[in-house]
Amino acid sequence: MFSLSELKRGMHNGVPILLGYFSVSIAFGIQAAKNGLSPVAAMVMSLTNLTSAGQFAALDVIKSAGSLIEMALTTLLINLRYLLMSSALSQKLCQPTGLSGRLIASFGVTDEIFGISVMQSPLHWEYTLGAMLLAIPGWVGGTAVGAFMGALLPDAVRRALGVALYAMFMGVVLPPCKKDTALRILVPASMLVSWLFTALFPGISSGFRIIILAVLLSGAAAALAPVREGGADA
Amino acid sequence: MNVYAYILVMALVTYLIRMLPLTLIRRQFQSPFLKSFLHYMPYVTLSVMTFPAILSETGSTVSAVVGFAVMIGLSMKTKSLILVAACACLAVFLTELIPGVV
Repeated sequence: MFSLSELKRGMHNGVPILLGYFSVSIAFGIQAAKNGLSPVAAMVMSLTNLTSAGQFAALDVIKSAGSLIEMALTTLLINLRYLLMSSALSQKLCQPTGLSGRLIASFGVTDEIFGISVMQSPLHWEYTLGAMLLAIPGWVGGTAVGAFMGALLPDAVRRALGVALYAMFMGVVLPPCKKDTALRILVPASMLVSWLFTALFPGISSGFRIIILAVLLSGAAAALAPVREGGADA
Repeated sequence: MNVYAYILVMALVTYLIRMLPLTLIRRQFQSPFLKSFLHYMPYVTLSVMTFPAILSETGSTVSAVVGFAVMIGLSMKTKSLILVAACACLAVFLTELIPGVV
């Protein structure tokens, strides 16, 4: 049974994702045009990949005429964090969720859609689809605007829109901290460690930093403050 | 090389990374450690992705800090993601209107 109400809830929470994606993908569209991609190619890349860091890195591979193996490896390393995210989502999906729902929701595992989806318990795949229905047009539309007429948009507007995604992350992460002491320590600690890590290892890409710190810090938190039975869904 | 060959390869790799865990893992994990790990993981990833990246996302560190403060303060008061995002964007925009900020 298709859950229309979950679809609508996902679309509602997808609005800030649309705003954030639109602004970030304008930057991507501009960059793609600079690298000699046609606007249509840039849009096809955005539509089929729906990932920011991976697409920016791909532009470098294309520009330097790298091999397809190089492209596959670069994409694998930068997007490996989605493997962790999809694993976490697999535990949230309501039982039973059919194969088609899983295949569709998989396409939308981005940092942001993951962020709102993983807080659902249980997660209905229709919720993720709802967010995708706004996020994907935002991502592809911004790419088109950037590729066709990026120079025309006022810089001040573009910069302001850029924080929408982070605002959404905070809107997802902070409210549960009010009731959970472990999270109240973990969230600021993660930011602090991330800051130190960035300063100490500027050569390590953001994709790797996310994977390394996600494994280390979540592992430490799980060892120090194991979630009690049933508590994980509270 | 044809640009669409590149795009096809990256799209396939990205989709496989996303799809394999969601289709292959059908059972609930039993290990308390694994459960706790996956419980904390989203909070760590979202925090790590936000900071310090947000500091260099706007025209100046000042407007970024103002936007960051607004999103933290509002997140404690409301659950509406749209409201938090809109107010943070507005705060950044207004801060950057102040002469000397950008």
